[in-house]
Amino acid sequence: MEIDRQKAPSPGSFRARQLTARQMLKGEIEDSQLQEYVESRILVTTLEKAQNWARANAPWPLTFGLACCAIEMISVVGSPRTDASRFGAEVFRASPRQADMLILSGRVSVKMAPVIRRIYDQMLEPKWVISMGACASSAGMFNNYALVAGADRFLPVDVYVPGCPPRPEALLYGIIKLQNTIQGHPDMGWRERYQAYGTEERDAETQGRDAEIRERPA
Amino acid sequence: MDATGLELLARSVRERVEGADAVSTNFARGEATLEIAPSALHPVMSFLKGEADEPWEVLTSVHGCDYYPEEPRLGVHYMLLSMARAERLGVKTRVRSEAPTVRSVVDLFPGANFQEREIYDFFGVEFEGHPDPRRIHMPEDYEGHPQRRDFPIGGEPVIFTFNEPKMPRWYA
Amino acid sequence: MPEDGRPENGRDASGGVLTVPYREREESITLERMEAPIEGTLYEGEARRAEPESELFTINMGPHHPATHGVLRLLLTLEGEVVRELMPIIGYVHTGIEKSCEDQAYWKVIPFVERMDYLSYYFNAQAYCMAVERLLEEEVPRRAQYLRVIHLELNRIASHLFWLGTSALDLGAISMLWYSLRDREKILDLFENSSGQRLHTRYFQVGGVMEDIPPGWEAKCREFLADMPNRLDQYEALLDRNEILLQRLKGVGIVPEDTLLRLGVTGPLLRATGNPWDLRKAAPYSSYDHFEFKVPVGTLGDNYDRFAVRMEEMRQSVRIIDQALEGLPEGPYITENRKYALPPRHELATSMEALIHHFKLVTEGFRVAPGEIYYPIESPRGELGCFVRADGSSKPARVHMRDPSFSNLQALPHMVKDTYIADMIASLAMLDPIIGGIDR
Repeated sequence: MEIDRQKAPSPGSFRARQLTARQMLKGEIEDSQLQEYVESRILVTTLEKAQNWARANAPWPLTFGLACCAIEMISVVGSPRTDASRFGAEVFRASPRQADMLILSGRVSVKMAPVIRRIYDQMLEPKWVISMGACASSAGMFNNYALVAGADRFLPVDVYVPGCPPRPEALLYGIIKLQNTIQGHPDMGWRERYQAYGTEERDAETQGRDAEIRERPA
Repeated sequence: MDATGLELLARSVRERVEGADAVSTNFARGEATLEIAPSALHPVMSFLKGEADEPWEVLTSVHGCDYYPEEPRLGVHYMLLSMARAERLGVKTRVRSEAPTVRSVVDLFPGANFQEREIYDFFGVEFEGHPDPRRIHMPEDYEGHPQRRDFPIGGEPVIFTFNEPKMPRWYA
Repeated sequence: MPEDGRPENGRDASGGVLTVPYREREESITLERMEAPIEGTLYEGEARRAEPESELFTINMGPHHPATHGVLRLLLTLEGEVVRELMPIIGYVHTGIEKSCEDQAYWKVIPFVERMDYLSYYFNAQAYCMAVERLLEEEVPRRAQYLRVIHLELNRIASHLFWLGTSALDLGAISMLWYSLRDREKILDLFENSSGQRLHTRYFQVGGVMEDIPPGWEAKCREFLADMPNRLDQYEALLDRNEILLQRLKGVGIVPEDTLLRLGVTGPLLRATGNPWDLRKAAPYSSYDHFEFKVPVGTLGDNYDRFAVRMEEMRQSVRIIDQALEGLPEGPYITENRKYALPPRHELATSMEALIHHFKLVTEGFRVAPGEIYYPIESPRGELGCFVRADGSSKPARVHMRDPSFSNLQALPHMVKDTYIADMIASLAMLDPIIGGIDR
């Protein structure tokens, strides 16, 4: 049976790429074509960037649901509509030693604060904190004796996600911003609009590690 | 419970319980309440649970209330329920803040355990005979009883533009 | 034959194949089996060699743990793998909501109170609003009552779906979480459509509901309801016939009914033992007596009964919502009394009294005559009661929620005594505690 193949497949099509791959395997490609072939398939980058890309695209959160925001966080990871596993964050680890992201979702009470700090200390570097919800960022709507007014009193926080509770999409937006920060181009926010560079509290290189907080003047 | 039933109950409490002479009743907005002195609390509760003609076997809630500045100041309310008759009754006592002691009803209604600990935590009412008289919500070494009316609500002052320069570095 | 005379694996003393029934051979070794081994099995020879653990070991299952019920700390006293005693320690999410409520106007308390039991937020708001309405002696119009019932039952379904997903996750049936959250998303869409928020909507106000449902909401709700019984059948097919789940739940965590009554436990835990106490039937509020529904009741009071009671409650809630949508009357959605409810905005342009009422209500709020009230309703976890004391001003003098999880938690030590740790996880899942309600 005669099979009629096209004489010259259009460049860039699947058939053309398939043919060049077959030629490559047989060793039939010549010099200039070979050089083009190799150059188009190699990415040259620094180790930093590759490492940051890997870290950003697989942040493993620690299961830390405190209150109502935990329900929305579970919706992020468990609901088919907003799905954190698209961003690599579906693996909620229970042990702090295995997690690199702490999503503080819920109200931080006075009794719970030392517990959170101890768990944060047990996490291994590099680690990031997303403060989800109004109660974890500030005191939320509860300005009273029983809450610590915001987790940034005792933890360095990277991303604040406001809302009471924030929508799952809002939490995902926060995770994406964190990924941008990890990869080295953090979102400058109002500083970009007002051109107020130089006033950052932490910069892109150190990415907001704990050391920054300790070195700040009292 | 209607008003007449409540009055009959109060009369039987006065007659059959030792030391429960000062029982007053209140029937407002469909809710029946017996008000008794704190010293007579345990006998009255045990009477209502067991020996009354129509006993109440479930204690749904024990909660406290601060009647500051009226004296006696700290109120403890017990809400009783009878499932067979679908009726509710409230039993209320008030203690002074200088001597806030009430006999615990945990031996009659074990469900009052956590609830009395909460009242101790928030109002300072001490329950005699409670198997575990510790704070339940606040940290163990907390001082003060937060839900009293003269305890400050705490928290932080809200920063507006007029007082921002005077606030200490709130972002530190 | 091996040297010490014991038969080799799988064969009995005479060399024939073991004929012990499949189940018994596969069962794991319990302490009782050590004492009374099955004849003719491998374990017979080892019976007297093993000694049960006699040392008690106290371990802390800390406030942060993988069981997704919130920050509950459990002090377990173990003997081997068997739990001998359990002491729950709470307070890690204590937010001082009740104290904060004393500082707000009556209508501003509603968002605070909603955040106590954060899975059944409409129920918290309902208990509080009905308590205040009873203090004000205010009638809620019929349409508002029906709308309240619809939203309450939708919230009950959502709460039970979330319970189902996380309990199955705790027990190991992980894919259940995705299915139940998928349906919960539909309910949250309905809530977002009617009030603008997914969780903690301030939809219930004193005197009625905040706003009427938009056009098209009824159709969406019916679409959801048409699909729901089918979905529940699917979930039952997934879980109810699963041998592992049934073995883990049946016969485990039995607490006798009178213990539960003495502890003040209500809700699905009590109904699983056979006591049909349900406040929607016993003391109907907000037009529940207009609807025909059954109260599911268990027989034994074990974990499986609690599971089955909640699954059936979801079906009955679907029935109630169907009937409420059928009979939804026309009329105002909030009380007409302008002293307690905001006037509609178009009146502010024409009527002076409306403007004054609006001003007074927004700045100061309405005042309530002195009095105390305790108002209980039936939330997905049991009896949720709200105690409000009014002293004549525009702020309540005391707001206290009698939370069902707080009383139900006292049944946990009884449920897990002398069971394994894995059974304790199952019992904790079937107890359905919400730590926000416990700690307030």
